[in-house]
Amino acid sequence: MKPEFLTVSNLSISFGGIKALQDISFSMEKGEIFSVIGPNGAGKTTLFNCISGLYKPDEGSIRFKETAVEKKKPDAIARLGVARTFQNIELFSHMNTMENIMLGRHIHMKTGLFRGMGMWGKSTFAAKEEILHREKVEQIIDFLELQQVRDIPVGALPYGTQKLIELARALALEPDLLLLDEPCAGMNQEEKQDMIFWIKDIQDDLGVTILLIEHDMKLVMDISDRVLAINFGKSVTLGTPGEVQQNKEVRKAYIGEEDQDGISAVG
Amino acid sequence: MDMKRTYYEDVQLVTSPVVLFWLALLFVFLVVFPFVVGNYYVYVANYIAINIIVAAGLNLLVGYTGQISLGHAGFFAIGAYGTVILMAKAGLPFLLALPCSALVAAGFGFLLGLPALRLEGPYLSIATLGFGLTITQIIGRIELFGGREGLHAPDIVIGSWIINTDRQFYFLLVFITIVLLTGMRNLIRTRVGRAFIAIRDADIAAQTMGVNIVFYKTLAFAVSAFYAGIGGGLYAFVLKFIEPEIFTLMMSIMFLAMVVVGGQGSLMGPVVGAGLLCWLDLKLRNILDIPFLGDWLEALSRSWFSITGVSNIQYIVFGSIMVAIMLFEPLGLYGVWLRTKRYWRTWPF
Repeated sequence: MKPEFLTVSNLSISFGGIKALQDISFSMEKGEIFSVIGPNGAGKTTLFNCISGLYKPDEGSIRFKETAVEKKKPDAIARLGVARTFQNIELFSHMNTMENIMLGRHIHMKTGLFRGMGMWGKSTFAAKEEILHREKVEQIIDFLELQQVRDIPVGALPYGTQKLIELARALALEPDLLLLDEPCAGMNQEEKQDMIFWIKDIQDDLGVTILLIEHDMKLVMDISDRVLAINFGKSVTLGTPGEVQQNKEVRKAYIGEEDQDGISAVG
Repeated sequence: MDMKRTYYEDVQLVTSPVVLFWLALLFVFLVVFPFVVGNYYVYVANYIAINIIVAAGLNLLVGYTGQISLGHAGFFAIGAYGTVILMAKAGLPFLLALPCSALVAAGFGFLLGLPALRLEGPYLSIATLGFGLTITQIIGRIELFGGREGLHAPDIVIGSWIINTDRQFYFLLVFITIVLLTGMRNLIRTRVGRAFIAIRDADIAAQTMGVNIVFYKTLAFAVSAFYAGIGGGLYAFVLKFIEPEIFTLMMSIMFLAMVVVGGQGSLMGPVVGAGLLCWLDLKLRNILDIPFLGDWLEALSRSWFSITGVSNIQYIVFGSIMVAIMLFEPLGLYGVWLRTKRYWRTWPF
């Protein structure tokens, strides 16, 4: 049996009277691309927020690499190797691209208050560490082709570029599990194609396991190994893309009953 | 724009020969300055240097970490009283007493940082305001601290160097200010400083990238309080005498005004802000001495702006200048600098 990677069991959370998630269970294997689909308000982002520690679930458990994480703080979960992007971009808008991605190196760096203040020359610890990690960040910048915007404050950059920088920042953390919350939202067809290639590369070349939320059904069906459909906070079905597409309830709730070929983009 | 060849150029202190030239010029100016001006201006420079230290520390909190404090006069008081008492009553040398009392201030800063984890904006300002007011009340009631009578500051002795003139003190102050400002700049360019800015810009993203918000928010308060403590410890020797009434709410507000007028979240902003506001504060006290304009302003103030007949025109002018700066350049004086720089970079187009 394969070692446990991410296991979500009987997860429930409610806000006031609204049951945002009810009894959600699934488990992910290392190396796969696992997608979560569902209409707006189905609870997909709430699920992400539970896994990354921003919300504490009312019931159920989340285990990541044999550690219970449902009660841990977001930064502790990040240190275990979970990185994420956000549906609404959450970049550090006054920093430039390089510095934004450098923050992804935070957990891998050691410079503290005193060694930081004492960066009085090239041979100090802080300077050496900065140089080392900037080289690593440069590799990510090369990988995602962000060289042109390297030194520009990200607040001024176009939406698609900002989405990429968020992805770069998450990759800089060298995660084992990467949570992508609608990475293609608001992108045109060409940008989407690039994003699909990158996601595939991240899975194949970097060996990162990916949990994906996406509305573009074609994209989801193309790249996912398995798909979980949820609606009104409840699990509808879980299986391979083909199985999920054929599921009656999914077609009814998400794709629409009249749709004959089963593939359509929902905006 | 210059091409960068190594990653160290991203973080190094002196980025180009031009910067080196200006820094060298500034250094020469700072050394020559006290020998070419009168004693009063050396005193003014000392006063400004101390405010620069405090404003730089407050800027770390307000400008870089996105918190707020209306209680920095409290840390300032802790630094001042701590240094004087450690020297006069415990017999510690100045070079030990100053950092020790600043560390005490940092400890209080850490404690004040704890409620800051749950409070934001106006709520946090009220909490810190309460702290600032309480500290002076407590100090005024403790016998050891001289109570309402206040305390006299002893002479500073460093090795065999006895500091008893403003000019001698000036050189000590310039040295400490340069060290603290460079330390601040290094801090901002490295891991901890990035975490501070990240918390300010997007705290949720910072958390999910592994930044421990509890640690860094309280750390920002502690470092900021440390700078205020150093400033306070030095201030005691500018005044030579301290009493609780000096450390008022007005002082806390002025520290904040220096940061905002100068430009939050920039290194030079608080330096320029502190310089300008201190200079205005001292200069406008003599505004009535200006020929014609002074008389006219006094008459204006007496007939329109004051109920008691005492002229308050100094504060009216002071306030108007602050309003004007904020109105025309919300980024503060640093914003003016940015625009000037951009203009010359593209000149003559």
